[in-house]
Amino acid sequence: MSRQISDLSGKIDQRRFWMATLAKAAPADLEQAWSDLGLQPAFTRLRPAETGLVMVRGRISGSGQPFNLGEMTMTRAAVRIENGPTGFGHVAGRNARHAELAALFDALLQDPERHAALMAGVIRPLATRAADEKTRKASEVAATKVDFFTLVRGED
Amino acid sequence: MYVAVKGGEKAIDAAHALLARERRGDPAVPALDLTQIAQQLGRAVDRVMTEGSIYDPELAALAIKQAMGDLVEAIFLLRAYRTTLPRLAASQPVETDRGLVRRRISAVFKDVPGGQVLGSTFDYTHRLLDFALAAGTPLPDPVATSEPIGAAPRVADMLGRDGLIEPPPPGDAVPGDLTRQPIDFPADRALRLQNLARGDEGWLLALGYSTQRGYARNHPFAGEIRIVDVAVEIVPEELGFPVEIGEITVSECDMVNQFGGSATAAPAFTRGYGLVFGQSERKAMAMALVDRALRARELGEPIAAPAQDEEFVLSHSDNVEASGFVQHLKLPHHVDFQSELDLLRRLRAEHDQRKTAAE
Repeated sequence: MSRQISDLSGKIDQRRFWMATLAKAAPADLEQAWSDLGLQPAFTRLRPAETGLVMVRGRISGSGQPFNLGEMTMTRAAVRIENGPTGFGHVAGRNARHAELAALFDALLQDPERHAALMAGVIRPLATRAADEKTRKASEVAATKVDFFTLVRGED
Repeated sequence: MYVAVKGGEKAIDAAHALLARERRGDPAVPALDLTQIAQQLGRAVDRVMTEGSIYDPELAALAIKQAMGDLVEAIFLLRAYRTTLPRLAASQPVETDRGLVRRRISAVFKDVPGGQVLGSTFDYTHRLLDFALAAGTPLPDPVATSEPIGAAPRVADMLGRDGLIEPPPPGDAVPGDLTRQPIDFPADRALRLQNLARGDEGWLLALGYSTQRGYARNHPFAGEIRIVDVAVEIVPEELGFPVEIGEITVSECDMVNQFGGSATAAPAFTRGYGLVFGQSERKAMAMALVDRALRARELGEPIAAPAQDEEFVLSHSDNVEASGFVQHLKLPHHVDFQSELDLLRRLRAEHDQRKTAAE
């Protein structure tokens, strides 16, 4: 039982990782990766791409009770490739093609026969690029770290 | 009373055509594109997203362009656009102690884990007009880099460990939403914060300033100011687990204020909180000051100053409502005014009669 649960949570964590990577990727990069696959599979749009709002919540003092901060745009889509699993895309912004590509990749990534190749060929390179960019920004910010000196006022 | 009028269509069309032409300016000068606005007028975009209450830099850039840089008008455009979109989800609360820290400073401790990082800031600039910028001088060499700071835990947690500061209000209750239900008074803190987050920066800045000048003094220190890229996660019904849809930049201010306490609770620092979209640190600080002032009732303080009066503060914070009500005065009030004029003439005639009779 506990083995099953940990397998399941491991699978969910993995799927969350690729879904997050797809959502944060530049749409042009996803388009490129999609055409590089050369698959052009037939698919059904279970939910055509739809743009709407997500209410973003914060917490009082950062870690207390939730409150509504304001909304952001999001586009979502759901697809099924042939008779395979359903793929979902939920991406910030208003780019319908981005949401659909995320959903298509999500569907393909759930296919055990394609999973490993897609992780190695698409998801990991996208994730590495995003991580490198984040490290670059963090390094620039780190250079602005200051040491304030306390000046002693008076003799004692 | 505003009475609908007919006619004027031709004049209105001409006025809008003139507006479009003036907005464009000299056609020989290249037009601004949205990427230029989003990247080079980032603080304007941040303000429009915060008070327009939609995080979408491209939409905010369009609103700024359309409004010719009139930010309150741009905020109005974003709010109007909002009504055309369905609400698809509410996010998990964002975790501001995680993610890429763009700036993080504390005015209460010199040494904090992760350190104090200035990030990109107007602070410590000399506020001298930079004519090199006007001349289009190329950028300086690539900026310096250093080993990333790593984890940057909340500064207030350092005080919290010893019980020196009040803990954040606990709980996971679904917060009220003033976009769904008009605000009722007294309003709870979550609703007040939603109102303040989308409230006019100038209004909050002035009210926050008033508390510092003695109208509800509460001795604030900037415990921590943090600008951070946070992940936004939703839990889609079909999936049942959290999915990240992207990252947004937020500015947060945790203001530490002088002590509260009671017969049962030992004295501890109290707090005010500010959180806004983008890099809008002045707004976050003002919001935190006003949040703290509005806690007067909860903390048993006398309500004597404007910043402590929640109905006054919250009912006048929205610049879309405020500008709508102020500007509706421009609309034809001909009938209304005619009746005022008739009344005034009658009063003056009566006054003259009384004066003549007395003589």
